[in-house]
Amino acid sequence: MFGRTSLIIHHPSTMITIHNLIKSYGKLEVLRGIHLELKEPGVTAILGPNGSGKTTLLKCLLGMVIPQHGQIIFDGRDIRNDWQYRRYLSYAPQIAKFPNNLTILEFLEMIKDIRGVSSTAEQRYIHLFDLASHLKMRLGTLSGGTKQKVNLTAALMFDAPYLFLDEPIAGLDPVALIRFKDLLKEEKAKGKQIILTTHIMSIVEDLADEILFILDGKIYFRGTLSELLERYQEPTIERAIARILNPGFQDIDITPQPRENLTSQPEMSN
Amino acid sequence: MQKIIKYSFFDLIRSRWALFYGIFFLLFTGVLLAFSTDLSKVIISLMNVVLVLCPLIATMFGAMYYYNTSEFRELLLAQPIRRRSIFWGQFIGLSLSLTLSLLVGMGIPFVVYGIFASAQIWNFIILIGIGIALSMIFAALAYLIAMVNTNQIRGFGIAILVWLFFALIYDGIFLILLSVFSAYPLDSASLAGSLLNPIDLARILILLKLDISALMGYTSAVFNKFFGTVSGMLISAIVLGLWIVIPGILIQRVSARRDF
Repeated sequence: MFGRTSLIIHHPSTMITIHNLIKSYGKLEVLRGIHLELKEPGVTAILGPNGSGKTTLLKCLLGMVIPQHGQIIFDGRDIRNDWQYRRYLSYAPQIAKFPNNLTILEFLEMIKDIRGVSSTAEQRYIHLFDLASHLKMRLGTLSGGTKQKVNLTAALMFDAPYLFLDEPIAGLDPVALIRFKDLLKEEKAKGKQIILTTHIMSIVEDLADEILFILDGKIYFRGTLSELLERYQEPTIERAIARILNPGFQDIDITPQPRENLTSQPEMSN
Repeated sequence: MQKIIKYSFFDLIRSRWALFYGIFFLLFTGVLLAFSTDLSKVIISLMNVVLVLCPLIATMFGAMYYYNTSEFRELLLAQPIRRRSIFWGQFIGLSLSLTLSLLVGMGIPFVVYGIFASAQIWNFIILIGIGIALSMIFAALAYLIAMVNTNQIRGFGIAILVWLFFALIYDGIFLILLSVFSAYPLDSASLAGSLLNPIDLARILILLKLDISALMGYTSAVFNKFFGTVSGMLISAIVLGLWIVIPGILIQRVSARRDF
């Protein structure tokens, strides 16, 4: 189903069921009845315009946002009023926000301590993301890209079967981007359920097994990349999405205009 | 929860504010003790400072701490921890750091002075106790106010107003009501009125202990007459305890419904 490889080793349990999820902030309806069942491990990319409810959906899955209506079930357990299920998931938030006074090293030690994990798995990611020389720097002084590397390290180091990544590649340099893609393929091969949101389509083409397109708080499209392209009869994913957002979408005319047309424009005077 | 308390506490005591607060009390108490020979007078002077300043500093700390740790809290909320452990942990960490500043700031000069050998030891312990209780009450109120107001300026404004209300405005309204209704028996009304203001309660508690009727004022005198010294102190201490527990429970309840 959805073109996932058959070679993957299935994690014993990575199933998420969302039933009629509704969330509004005051009068603003953000999620308007999301139904979703993720049975097979792999990478699901949640796409959609700004404000379509991608982050809210992820935060509902994390228990950070409490929906007005609906049910979320992880491996048969309703997550409402539950917190134990978060042992099995890792989250990299959209804008990496950290306690500014801690160094990278202190921060990683702290979240390990809080999660009660004593592994040294972070060493590998520190090496791969080239963070070793920054370890004693305070998080508040780091650049956006370096913060994002710390953010990803903190999400990947726990080896959780569920991985939620909100705009994971924002700010990454090309080397880190290649590393991230490789790491994500590795995580996928372990049989994890990975959900990411992004606006960058190359990552969707490279990694996503399945695409969820959210529009106005509902799932507008669900399927593989080739199904998306086929349905909207477009050669690229950007164009297919543009077609969803604007059915009458047409390219702008970029043929050079004759010079006299340009000069006949009314002159701007002071 | 212990881990959250640990990280909140160490984060706070590393901040400059906690240091300033401790040093202020250290200097103030030191100067008072150096220039006065009467310990009970020093305790009364400190009482007036504690009654106004501890709530104010705790209000500032509580609101500031809530807003400053929004990132840390979001990080914690995505971890396998109970929500209420996060919020109780932060509140207890905050209370502990305020308590430490107070204990060190007021305690060291008194210990150097030789409080342990003095008859005033219990008065001193009560003074520290109400300082801690008021700090916890106003820290909890400010934390709660900050939690329901995402706008920082509004949150700070409301928190300071609450402090101002209990420290000044409340007594003003109370006095006006007492004089307007002076033809009626007001004992039970004034009893109820003082239970509703933690600063008044703290004042009553320490004045009952010091047994200084001249400073008691109307409510303390009524309290004394109504309950007697020992049960009056006990009741005011219990109600002060409720003033900590109730905002604490409200923090837990509000946090359980909030989106982050």
